Amino acid sequence: MPMRLEILTAEGVLFDGDVDSVVAPGSEGELGILPSHAALMTMLQPGELRYRTAEGESYLAVHGGFMEVRSDHVIVLADAAEHVDSIDAERAEEAVRRAEERIAARGADMDIERALASLRRAQVRVRITRRRRQQGHSP
Amino acid sequence: MPSVRQLRGRIRSVRSTARVTRAMQMVAASKMRRAQEQALGARPYAEKLRAVLGNLVAQGAAASDIEHPLLAVRPVRSTLVLEVTPTRGLCGGLPGNLNRATARFIVERETPTAVITIGRKGRDFMARTGQDLKASFDSFGDRPTLADVLPVSRMLASAYTDGEADEVHIAFTRYKNTMEQSPVVMRLLPVEPEAFEAAAGPTDYLYEPDPAGVFAALLPRYIEMQVYDALLEANASEQSARMVAMRKATEAADDMIETLTLDLNKARQNSITAELLDLVGGVAALEG
Repeated sequence: MPMRLEILTAEGVLFDGDVDSVVAPGSEGELGILPSHAALMTMLQPGELRYRTAEGESYLAVHGGFMEVRSDHVIVLADAAEHVDSIDAERAEEAVRRAEERIAARGADMDIERALASLRRAQVRVRITRRRRQQGHSP
Repeated sequence: MPSVRQLRGRIRSVRSTARVTRAMQMVAASKMRRAQEQALGARPYAEKLRAVLGNLVAQGAAASDIEHPLLAVRPVRSTLVLEVTPTRGLCGGLPGNLNRATARFIVERETPTAVITIGRKGRDFMARTGQDLKASFDSFGDRPTLADVLPVSRMLASAYTDGEADEVHIAFTRYKNTMEQSPVVMRLLPVEPEAFEAAAGPTDYLYEPDPAGVFAALLPRYIEMQVYDALLEANASEQSARMVAMRKATEAADDMIETLTLDLNKARQNSITAELLDLVGGVAALEG
C-alpha cells in the first residue's frame, strides 16, 4: 500500500507522488517512514532524504525544514532541497574547500554562522553525490 | 503650420519611441508571467505551513505552552513598517500610490514610526519626506529567492523581539489582476494565532523534539514566508503595471503618428498646390 509524499519548498513543489518508504534526516536522528506510520511532526536537519517508489530509490539533499506524517501522507516543508541529479559533484566539492578555507582564514567581520551553514550545505551535497556514485547510479 | 521636413522628423522620433515602449511592454509581459508563476509556486508551501501551525495552535499544544516572543502583544509605543517598492520607474502610478498609502499609514499612527524599504522608489521617497528611514535594501531582481529575504525578515523579527518596535507592518502592492493592483499595509508582528486555519484530520501527533520546539522553529519560517510572499506579489504587480503603462504609451505614440501623418500629408498637399498655383500664375503671365 503506497503512501503519498509531498516535498515542498518556497520555490515550488519538488515532488508529489506515491512512494513505498521515506527515510528522512530528523532532528533527533534519521528516521524511516513506512505506510501507516503514527502521526508525527518533526524538524529536519540538513542531510539526505530518500524515498523508494516502484521505479527505485531517489535521493534528495534537504537543507533543514520540517516534516509532517499523517497516516498515509507525508509532507516535507524544506527550507531548500534539490534532487541528487541536479547537483554538480565537482562544484559541491569545490564549495566545501572554499568554505573550509574561508572559515580557516576568518576575519573579524566575518559572519561565522553563515559560513558554517554554507559548509554544512556543501558537505551534504558532496555526501549524497558520493553515495550515488558508490551505488553505481548513472549521473 | 510646421514644415514638411519638421513633420517628417517628428514622425521619425515618435516612431522610435513607440518601438522602445513596445519592446518594454513585451519584456514586462514575459516577466509578469514568470512573476505570477513564482507567486503561485510559493503557495502550496505557504498553505501547508499555515495549516501545520494551525494544527499546533488548535491542539492547544499550544494553548498554555505557546509563549513565543513573536506572539507577544505589547502596548504599542513604536511602529516599524517594511515597504516593498520597485526600483525602476515607467510603471505608471504604482510607486506613487504605494508611497502615498504608506505615508498616510505613518501619519495616522500616533506613535513614532520607523521605515525599512526594499527598492529605490521607496527609499528615495522616505528620505525626501524626512521619515525615520532605518534601513534600505536594494531590490532583489526579478526572481527573488527565499534566501534573499532572510536578512530582511531577521531584521524585522529582531527589531520586534528587542523591543525596538512594538508592532511591525508590511506595505506592498497587492496583485489582483493585470489591470488592478492596490497598495496594502498589513500587520506582520505580533503574529495573530487566529491567522492559522487548522486543517481537519488526526491530531494526536508525536513531536520531535517537542511541540513548543516545533512551533518555535516554524514561526520564524512563517514570517519569512509572509515577507517573501509580499515580495513576489509586489513583483507581479510591478511588472503588470509596467506592461499596462507601456501599452498605453505605445498606443499614444501610434495615435500621435497618425495625426502627424495626416498633418504631413496636408502640408505636402498644400505645398504642391502652392507650387501649382505659382506655375499656373507664371504661365498665365507669359501668355497674357
